[in-house]
Amino acid sequence: MVQDTFTPGVVAGRLDQDTYEAQFSDLHPPLGAHEALVAADRCYFCHDAPCITACPTDIDIPLFIRQIATGTPDAAAKTILSQNIMGGMCARVCPTEQLCEQACVREAAEGKPVLIGQLQRYATDNLQARGEHPFTRAEATGKAVAIVGAGPAGLACGHRLAMLGHRVDVYDARPKPGGLNEYGIATYKTPDGFAQAEVDWLLKIGGITLHHNKAMGRDITLGELQEDYDGVFLAMGLGGVNALGTTGEDKAGVLNAVDFIAELRQASDMAAVPVGRDVVVIGGGMTAVDAAVQAKLLGALNVTLVYRRGRDRMNASPFEQDLAASKGVRIVTHAVPVAVHGNGAVRDVEFEYVDDAMKGTGQMLRLQADQVFKAIGQTLEGDGLPQLDGGKIAVSQGGRTSLDGVWAGGDCASGGDDLTVTAVAEGRDAAMDIHATLMGTAG
Amino acid sequence: MANLQSDFIGIKSPNPFWLASAPPTDKEYNVRRAFEAGWGGVVWKTLGMEGPPVVNVNGPRYGAIYGADRRLLGLNNIELITDRPLEVNLREMKAVKRDYPDRALIASIMVPCEEEAWKAILPHVEDTGADGIELNFGCPHGMAERGMGSAVGQVPEYIEMVTRWCKMYTRMPVIVKLTPNITNVLYPAEAAKRGGADAVSLINTINSITSVDLDLFAPEPMIDGKGTHGGYCGPAVKPIALNMVAEIARNPETAGLPISGIGGVTTWRDAAEFMALGAGNVQVCTAAMTYGFKIVQEMISGLSEYMDDKGFTSVDQIVRRAVPNVTDWNQLNLNYVTKAKIDQDLCISCGRCFAACEDTSHQAIAMSEDRTFSVIDEECVACNLCVNVCPVEDCITMETMAPGSVDPRTGQTVAPEYANWTTHPNNPAAKAAE
Repeated sequence: MVQDTFTPGVVAGRLDQDTYEAQFSDLHPPLGAHEALVAADRCYFCHDAPCITACPTDIDIPLFIRQIATGTPDAAAKTILSQNIMGGMCARVCPTEQLCEQACVREAAEGKPVLIGQLQRYATDNLQARGEHPFTRAEATGKAVAIVGAGPAGLACGHRLAMLGHRVDVYDARPKPGGLNEYGIATYKTPDGFAQAEVDWLLKIGGITLHHNKAMGRDITLGELQEDYDGVFLAMGLGGVNALGTTGEDKAGVLNAVDFIAELRQASDMAAVPVGRDVVVIGGGMTAVDAAVQAKLLGALNVTLVYRRGRDRMNASPFEQDLAASKGVRIVTHAVPVAVHGNGAVRDVEFEYVDDAMKGTGQMLRLQADQVFKAIGQTLEGDGLPQLDGGKIAVSQGGRTSLDGVWAGGDCASGGDDLTVTAVAEGRDAAMDIHATLMGTAG
Repeated sequence: MANLQSDFIGIKSPNPFWLASAPPTDKEYNVRRAFEAGWGGVVWKTLGMEGPPVVNVNGPRYGAIYGADRRLLGLNNIELITDRPLEVNLREMKAVKRDYPDRALIASIMVPCEEEAWKAILPHVEDTGADGIELNFGCPHGMAERGMGSAVGQVPEYIEMVTRWCKMYTRMPVIVKLTPNITNVLYPAEAAKRGGADAVSLINTINSITSVDLDLFAPEPMIDGKGTHGGYCGPAVKPIALNMVAEIARNPETAGLPISGIGGVTTWRDAAEFMALGAGNVQVCTAAMTYGFKIVQEMISGLSEYMDDKGFTSVDQIVRRAVPNVTDWNQLNLNYVTKAKIDQDLCISCGRCFAACEDTSHQAIAMSEDRTFSVIDEECVACNLCVNVCPVEDCITMETMAPGSVDPRTGQTVAPEYANWTTHPNNPAAKAAE
């Protein structure tokens, strides 16, 4: 039976089935062939194109768009995938409006960039949907590399290494591969099991063995891997979630946003996922927006995203902020949580307004809440890791760590934005460095 | 709003925009729609001789090439002259002319190259009340294989002969339509004039194959696995047509010969350009076939606005206005020096000017780390390629160097006087300036 959206508490089935399906369908439906040709025609084929520079994986965007425009989308896909093996996912989740499309000269000219992300998806989807894998492995090198974490960095690294002829074992703490692609991204950005399909397609290169439910420190240790393999690539992401550090944080209904997002991604029936009537999300990044928007889509009546600084400082892109606003999420800025109130379960959250210097103003805000999602950052977990820098594994060029034979990339490593595309670039570049090192050609 | 009234060799029309003899003018139904839309005149689809009409292929008649966004740039056709009986066309022409007396109605004619054939058809055409005739010596496909169309237009003596017959057997003004599939358009134009033509119209379509089906390895348009060359028209042929019109307009032998300009006229601006180069009016086909008859509204409003801006009160004030400025290469002023200049406010940093100049020209554009593009005057030969490839209009312009200033490329002072190749010291045949 359909619950009223006014029903208080944390309940499932607030909406009817059709609404769930519509709400969680593709945010940007794929371009049809005609739309793709029209969009591709707008590309100016710039010299040393700014979009390429803006892409963390340096995809030759003008070339692949020209390949689409001239009727060879498979060649376009290969151009993309040779630089970014997860070009399909990146086409869906990249903040293109802050990367390639922001740099597009037609953004400068008309405020309307070429639809680079959607064109990339058009090319890669067509190829991947047919199950074709355009790369082949080089002759076996006899070397073996262990990778910790089957997220974008780990899989990108693994694919490149396998392509170069190395044997790769990937260990992941979760039951499914994909990392944040599978567990950490809003459902409407990658519906229809795309993340798993992409992993399956990626593994067609051969030479990669996945080991599920193997967590660092619990099932495997870095020392063992160093012993057993010619090289180790650490890409386990950030397993810990920052605490609010306020009283009442332990009350029922106070949850980690990442867990909520993962639950939604794994849910087969959105109607079975309970959500509060009044939801408060604390944080200002993509995770906060993904949680807030999806709470709204699940039928929460009031969703408030509270961030401690101004909107210009939010890690969530303006596009994401606008998306949240368009879905009915209220964004409150310059407020820090001071207490979670409630009798067993959360009832409301108390905030203090702060100025730009984060200094308390004495002005308070209380938001009714029967569900609170914490999205104020994640932390690296684990002992015996290479040297850290700012809470992450310190890496130099090519993802080298302080330990010989150990590389790192993705969210667990220092430097770079915490983006899928950045993780792919770091994984790929580390693979090239590992390859050079193992083959004795490193500079 | 300027008066666009046109008088072309005595044929009056409310504006100088006629529809060319082609599929859009094959039937009363279409022509009535054209006149309702505002077209000043129509050249009826070419009539053949009495008897069973020609037949057309039953597969594709047209092929096309496209620009970005599938804009049709060039169209080719293998359609023949009208495939409807002569008497039907004549009856319809008469009815239309009766109802639209203020519009120009011209009959295009193509019959075998025999005096009797022309003598026979002309009275029938005259009887429709048509304002004039256009001799189709241009179609390059199909009919040419039967000794008509461009097969006549490629032989100046035939042009002259048939034109003379027509002038002999009708009081109607005679326009001779020329084919561009020749080496020098002046020969057929001069022949038409010798034959007594009241005007020439050009260009007809150009021999062409638009594309090849790479699965079937057959040219397009393709009929059952085979293709034949068709007649090419549309915006892509405009430059060829403009040149041919200008050549006739500035040729002393044909200088006074009225011209009806045809070839890729798509906008009011195209029409004005044809007229400036010597055309008394223009004929349009592909633009109408691409967008429908309504485009004439833009042509009317655009030309009127232009004329108002310029203070022109009659379209005749545009005609031939640019002809004195069409000259031979050896008359161009070699002391005229320009340099490309990039407007940094308009530049969107696409870098196409850089790629074009660096890869294919004179390495005269510098690119900075932050993608600022600027012209290196020391290297710029003013070739204009950067202007041509820039996607932003007026972002790159050619700036004229003032006489007395020093061209940093050559180190020479820009001379104020005019000097062309004929007097240049490098010219072995140069004569000293007198």
